[in-house]
Amino acid sequence: MSAVAAPQASGYNFAYLDEQTKRMIRRAILKGIAIPGYQVPFASREMPMPYGWGTGGVQVTAAIIGPDDVLKVIDQGSDDTTNAVSIRKFFAKTAGVATTTETKAATIIQTRHRIPERTLTEKQTIVYQVPIPEPLRFLEPRETETRKLHALADYGLMHVKLYEDIARHGHIATTYDYPVEVADRYVMNPSPTPKFDNPKMHMSEALQLFGAGREKRIYAVPPFTKVRSLDFEDHPFEVQKFDKPCALCAATNVYLDEVVLDDRGGRMFVCSDSDHCEERRAEGHRGELSGEAA
Amino acid sequence: MSAPVITAGFADPVIAAQAHFHALMDALARPGSIHDFPAALDAPAPLTPELAATALTLVDHEVTLWLDAPLAASKAVVDYLRFHTGARIVADPAEAAFALVSDVAAMPALAEFGQGSDEYPDRSTTIVVAVEALAADGSLQLAGPGIRDRARIGIASWPAGLTAEIAANGAQFPRGVDLVFTASGQVAALPRTTRVSEV
Repeated sequence: MSAVAAPQASGYNFAYLDEQTKRMIRRAILKGIAIPGYQVPFASREMPMPYGWGTGGVQVTAAIIGPDDVLKVIDQGSDDTTNAVSIRKFFAKTAGVATTTETKAATIIQTRHRIPERTLTEKQTIVYQVPIPEPLRFLEPRETETRKLHALADYGLMHVKLYEDIARHGHIATTYDYPVEVADRYVMNPSPTPKFDNPKMHMSEALQLFGAGREKRIYAVPPFTKVRSLDFEDHPFEVQKFDKPCALCAATNVYLDEVVLDDRGGRMFVCSDSDHCEERRAEGHRGELSGEAA
Repeated sequence: MSAPVITAGFADPVIAAQAHFHALMDALARPGSIHDFPAALDAPAPLTPELAATALTLVDHEVTLWLDAPLAASKAVVDYLRFHTGARIVADPAEAAFALVSDVAAMPALAEFGQGSDEYPDRSTTIVVAVEALAADGSLQLAGPGIRDRARIGIASWPAGLTAEIAANGAQFPRGVDLVFTASGQVAALPRTTRVSEV
């Protein structure tokens, strides 16, 4: 075979997967895009990492990535955690692609459980790693039955679940993996992103792809597609609010992580999106714990 | 005795398949948008290079392929697709995962292709059609997922009645076929979610 963009690791096909596997995944992606929110079964392969580490997302990324792409990988918003670093290195090694931590420089963003704070553009594709793709799974364990419920668009169970939240807690207590209705039809799990990120999915300019390796499902939300978080008229959907701005960059209206500082109850709240926080600090924004400008 | 000559596939199968897939993915994700589709293939007529490139990108021994009459009648085309894809070529369009249509005027009704089931709407036919030309800002107005407000495309030649068939196809959502249109060096798509009106 001719030269393949000189992958850095020899002995592997470009982006690790063989071509027949990529075709199978590509077919599933195209059907997923044509049926927004519907979970397309696919023949998930064993990957050189355990289930639960993003094998679904990695397979989707491997099927779509080309030599000119620039890849960013985040884990809970951070570019610097083990999972993100490993997957970024995996593609740098097997596909020889450029990688980045900058949201604005990336063409493909693979994510575990966050959507970047910066608004994504038409030039970008976001790939979600999904542990449990079936929103009804914990309400109805049988695949045959959940499939029927999706076929009939019978999502009463999910509304009962949200109602029970209200009955017990006085409000909808689901805070992550908050179910959404896509293009007025399928109810879908957005993967365990905080519900704070749900509004970013609605009419997003970027194509959104979801891969669940262990559960062997791929689904998609095309750009400019309605994504509505389920709610009730008297209990409308709300995102988390934070009392304080980010302790490092003073950002408000972003999702914050709580970091315990000592054993006497000291704690700080910082941006979960590490790139967004670094970019703001580089612009000169200072939070209460960031000290003086370096 | 001379062996039949089968022309080559992609010069660089890995990179070419990715590039063509990416164009198809963008086309389906943003219905009506027109994308470059280089299709540098020496395919036997009446198989256009773009139909061949789509087949080589997406079709293999795991899926079924239906060919319209002019394609199925050409032994060179059938040999080429069998050799390069290994796909099972079926006579009944309802059984096909992919359908290649070289003559859009004689295309069977969309309802004759695989529609998928309510449980598995993904098991429907993706119909790949060769047309004369694609033009931005044409006479078809599009709306639906993947489109900000409205989009326009011109597809030549557009068979009479296809607009109504697409409406019927969309009405049975999530079941239904997806349409990919190819012209020289270009691709666009109308997935089942796209509403089409003539203006």
